[in-house]
Amino acid sequence: MSADTMLEIKNLQKHFGPIRAVEDVSFTVRKGEVLGFLGPNGAGKSTTMKMITGFLAPTAGTATVCGFDVEAQPIEAKKRIGYLPEGAPAYPDMTPAAFLDFVGAIRGFDGAERAKRVDLAVARAQLKGVLHQPIDTLSKGFKRRVGLAQALLHDPEVLILDEPTDGLDPNQKHEVRELIRQIAPEKAIVISTHILEEVDAICARAIVIAKGRVLADGTPEALEKRSRWHYAVSVVTASAEVPRLKALWNGHPAVAAFEAVEGEGGLAMLTAFPRGGVPMLAELGRMAREAGIRIDEIREERGRLDEVFRDITGKAA
Amino acid sequence: MRNIAFILKRELGGYFATPVAYVFLVIFLVLAGVFTFYLGNFFERGQADLQAFFSFHPWLYLFLIPAISMRLWSEERRSGTIELFLTLPISIGQAVVGKFLAAWAFIAIALALTFPMWITVNILGNPDNGIIAASYIGSLLMAGGYLAIGACVSAITKSQVIAFVVAAAVCFVFTVSGTTMVLAFFAGWAPQAVVDAIASFSFMSHFSAISRGVIDLRDLVYFVSLIAAFLFANAALVELKKAG
Repeated sequence: MSADTMLEIKNLQKHFGPIRAVEDVSFTVRKGEVLGFLGPNGAGKSTTMKMITGFLAPTAGTATVCGFDVEAQPIEAKKRIGYLPEGAPAYPDMTPAAFLDFVGAIRGFDGAERAKRVDLAVARAQLKGVLHQPIDTLSKGFKRRVGLAQALLHDPEVLILDEPTDGLDPNQKHEVRELIRQIAPEKAIVISTHILEEVDAICARAIVIAKGRVLADGTPEALEKRSRWHYAVSVVTASAEVPRLKALWNGHPAVAAFEAVEGEGGLAMLTAFPRGGVPMLAELGRMAREAGIRIDEIREERGRLDEVFRDITGKAA
Repeated sequence: MRNIAFILKRELGGYFATPVAYVFLVIFLVLAGVFTFYLGNFFERGQADLQAFFSFHPWLYLFLIPAISMRLWSEERRSGTIELFLTLPISIGQAVVGKFLAAWAFIAIALALTFPMWITVNILGNPDNGIIAASYIGSLLMAGGYLAIGACVSAITKSQVIAFVVAAAVCFVFTVSGTTMVLAFFAGWAPQAVVDAIASFSFMSHFSAISRGVIDLRDLVYFVSLIAAFLFANAALVELKKAG
């Protein structure tokens, strides 16, 4: 295990009676890395996170946090983890101020140091306005931020966030992502989500799991490359030109298939899908120009994560 | 120790953050009074003691303490806060003891608020205050026993209703196991040693021994070891739930 590996998961399994929630999950997260943990509902994301944080005992396998095995040395491991459980539970009768004070106390901070830590967490999670309101009465977004503040309070080396932006409005989502980006260089962060744009926005790496198994592990770009949309070329042109364009481009060896969508005002969008993931924007553009076909817009598609996701996880089902 | 104190403080604060604490205190005090003055015939007895008050405590605790203990773990499990609680850097032992002590402290507050009763008998006559003090200690110990049972049961389920009913049933068994009704059932066929063992599990007999004014080591050991045993079981059950 290399020096900056902060979280190491080895062959983790969890069975609930006959149900195999997690079959075999292994991965490592290094300092500075933000790992997106993707999967359909019921894939085993939350169960895996519960085992990493020591809430559930694994049936087999190990989770090691900064060199401490979660099962063998739970207290040492838990000191180094900040955890936002699914749904961001918090004691409903307490105010965020009292709740954060309690967490600070348990995390071993006293007096002025505790007050400083709580202030910082409150500032980071932007909780100032609701500090003395019972958590019960807070909106979903604020509850989530209370959970985040609690997870960040002790400046942990490893952050495990189970759907941190679920239930937030677009502005709040943006703020949470900004926050994660800010603190990322010093930490190892695992974020579970089923919002794919989020993976693009903040994750350096993504793991796709389904049915308790890891199906893909790589950068979001590498995952996008699996998409048939990767390097596909879309053009907007007059509907009447579509057959000509198709005939023209069909001659190009890299083009595998076409898809055309009729739009308004006699316009249509034609997409050419590549064979074997080769860029072809420049050549197709040149061919159209030379043939004198009028094109209003031409662009290269990036690959679609949602499609790759459906493709990967659909096979497992 | 620090962690236990923090958990105790949070839990105890939790009681008073909602009407639960006040409702409980009022009901406890009203019922204690009703039992003492109406069922216990406090005035008619014409004696300056609190026998009429203490003799109903087992029955009062029988349903009021499960009402306190039912939420200890069930509520955390239902609301999901247990996931937060148990992923903090605390041991399960600290969690169990902290919660228990908070609930026990709350019941101690309720019991302490019956002090006007003590003042009343001192105004009306000359009671043996040593016996009354011993009875208060005995009552608190017995409350701890009921509470430990209730806490343990609460760790099994996320339903507070189930936690309440099962705890009350188990507490009932511990309350009546020394009565002739139960013992007669066993006396016919079981060996005397078994009958004695069952009788010795009774809260009533240990409590009434203490409330006669004699704090016998055996009665103390009984309550303390009962509390310890159920808290140990409580911790084991929480640990077991981790395994799914």
